[in-house]
Amino acid sequence: MSEREKILGRIREALKVEAHRPGAHGDGKRPAVFDPKISSPRKWLPLVGDSVDEQLALFAKNSVELKTDFQLLNSADEARSAIVALRDRENWKRIALHSGELTNVICPSLNLPLLRTDKNYDVTELEKCDAGISECDAFIAQTGSVLVTNRSAGGRALSVLPPHHVVLARRDQLVADLPAAFELLKKKYGANYPSMISFITGPSRTGDIERILVLGAHGPKQLTVICF
Amino acid sequence: MSFVSQFKTAASVMSKDLRHRKIIRTALSNYEIVRDKRKASFQDWQGARQLAAETKWEAVNHLDKYLEEFVAKIEARGTKVHWASNAAQAREIVLQIVADKKAKSVIKSKAMTSEEIHLNDALEAVGLRVVESDLGELIVQLRKEAPYHIVFPSMHLTRDEINVLFQSELGSANTNDPEELTMIARRALRSKYLTADIGITGANFAIAETGMISITENEGNARLTAALPKTMISLIGIEKILPQLSDLALFLPMLATMGTGQALTCYNTMYSGPRQPGESDGPEEWHVVLLDNHRTELLADAEQRDALSCIRCGACLNVCPIFRNVGGHTYGTTYSGPIGSVITPHLRGLQDWKHLSGASSLCGACTETCPVKIDLHHHLLQNRRNAVKQKPSFGEKIAFKLFAFGASRPTLWKFGMELGRLFQPLQTLLHRTPLDPVKPWTQSRELPPLAEESFKDWWRNRK
Ligand code: SF4
Repeated sequence: MSEREKILGRIREALKVEAHRPGAHGDGKRPAVFDPKISSPRKWLPLVGDSVDEQLALFAKNSVELKTDFQLLNSADEARSAIVALRDRENWKRIALHSGELTNVICPSLNLPLLRTDKNYDVTELEKCDAGISECDAFIAQTGSVLVTNRSAGGRALSVLPPHHVVLARRDQLVADLPAAFELLKKKYGANYPSMISFITGPSRTGDIERILVLGAHGPKQLTVICF
Repeated sequence: MSFVSQFKTAASVMSKDLRHRKIIRTALSNYEIVRDKRKASFQDWQGARQLAAETKWEAVNHLDKYLEEFVAKIEARGTKVHWASNAAQAREIVLQIVADKKAKSVIKSKAMTSEEIHLNDALEAVGLRVVESDLGELIVQLRKEAPYHIVFPSMHLTRDEINVLFQSELGSANTNDPEELTMIARRALRSKYLTADIGITGANFAIAETGMISITENEGNARLTAALPKTMISLIGIEKILPQLSDLALFLPMLATMGTGQALTCYNTMYSGPRQPGESDGPEEWHVVLLDNHRTELLADAEQRDALSCIRCGACLNVCPIFRNVGGHTYGTTYSGPIGSVITPHLRGLQDWKHLSGASSLCGACTETCPVKIDLHHHLLQNRRNAVKQKPSFGEKIAFKLFAFGASRPTLWKFGMELGRLFQPLQTLLHRTPLDPVKPWTQSRELPPLAEESFKDWWRNRK
């Protein structure tokens, strides 16, 4: 018998005895039963306003707390100047990106040597880049997160190896909450999910030294979201 | 030394260590504030707990079905799944992969399962260089210590201690600035990521519906571990299953809320395979090792089965008065605090580890805080009951028989009390000396004086 069969066998044997439902806490009383299959967590999770303006404002508020640099702009032109301003302020020498509908429109104005991560690339080169510029699948008002996949955002490393991650997003990529983000994933990728899906919530951080917050533990020290 | 005497010795030292207590209290005071703020942001935290508990109940009580679904889905995308009944098998599987790949170096992101099977020792024994990439884990690895806490591995250390450690182990400059210390670790690990042959991770959840694992982290070290090395190995306890991908919409924020007091941790990442055709990076090979290691024994105990719902948020440790006073290392286990005291007897033997269930004031703070509603403090009581049932203590049995005999005979009881009143001054004299007849009780407590007259006498006299 294989180990798989042995373990599954032990599980089936163990499950012959039924366990009490959760929340009874030994007093025999059962709380109202939820069916996890139909019960959406939306009604328990933190509240999000209905209108787009409220949601944008919530994302902006969360960004301040998370130390994400969120720039809400009105046109591709403004986005171009914003990214050029970042280049000058941070003194970028070389950047990495992937090609996409937004990156193709915005990034040529940078006039910098580019590393593309669309196909095979050299990670040691990526490590030397000053910033990684990517698109995203969505950004989430409720938590201030950016949702990326390795298909939408130039692979697994682009959004985490360079010291500065810049996300380009369209306004209509805003979703209200986490349940909506998972619905979107299901609709968009369904039977063929990208091999990596990541919710990025602020720049990389740690509190492992006396629980004091430090940004840029192993991932990017800075996260900029340019939305237009 | 037996596990129980080890525990008792360490506990009596630690509980008097005011410096340790202060460090832990400072570390947790900020946690308490942000955790409560996050809980309050939920529309209904209790409803969320109930839904989370029900969801894990569904998963754990149909574990065979969901595991098979998970494995079928994840294998379909080119992941190799291995099953390990115990720690030795799991180590064997990893060592075999390492040997096949002729690997020389391994980078790891935080995985309690790897602590559980003592993987680092096994890898180092065959000559591999193993580097922990989570900052807290790196710190305890350099100190050759076990993690102090399942979420905050290095919370027992001050920045000065970490400074001294980094100077001697990493050859860094003298600084006790947390930011600079973090950057020292960042720089030290960069090259390790780029050159490691193998990346090893754990997982917080395994999604049956889509065949994915989900990893929660703040630093980005797990993201890098799953992106750069050519081979990736994930070591996962079989109980990590969740039925559907969308369940994460509840579990990710709940884990972050209770774990660190964040709305969501910085990176929550789902992996469903190695690098797929057309993708530009990621590991060429991905091995998932499913670990039983006595989890099925816990599953067989229907009364305590809910302990397998644990999402390892660490919240019960943080609120536990025992944990906060004796500290994480005193337990001598991979999983400490209330959840550790509940499950260790199942994982490593009831008689050897029953003392952990005794070391509780049964205040119930753990049960109240647990986001998946595990009935922790009742399980501690059940462990005590089971331990006695399995191996009754002769002395205790006699003592209780005698007590019952005396307590049910009023004259005998009265006589006993009079005798007690007579001899109590003597006990006070001998208090804490080797001659004290009730020393095991009085060495850390005062023996309350008997009332001058019994209630019965008082009642009679007042008329
Ligand atoms: S038992 Fe509950 S509170 Fe404790 S670590 Fe597990 S999930 Fe968290």
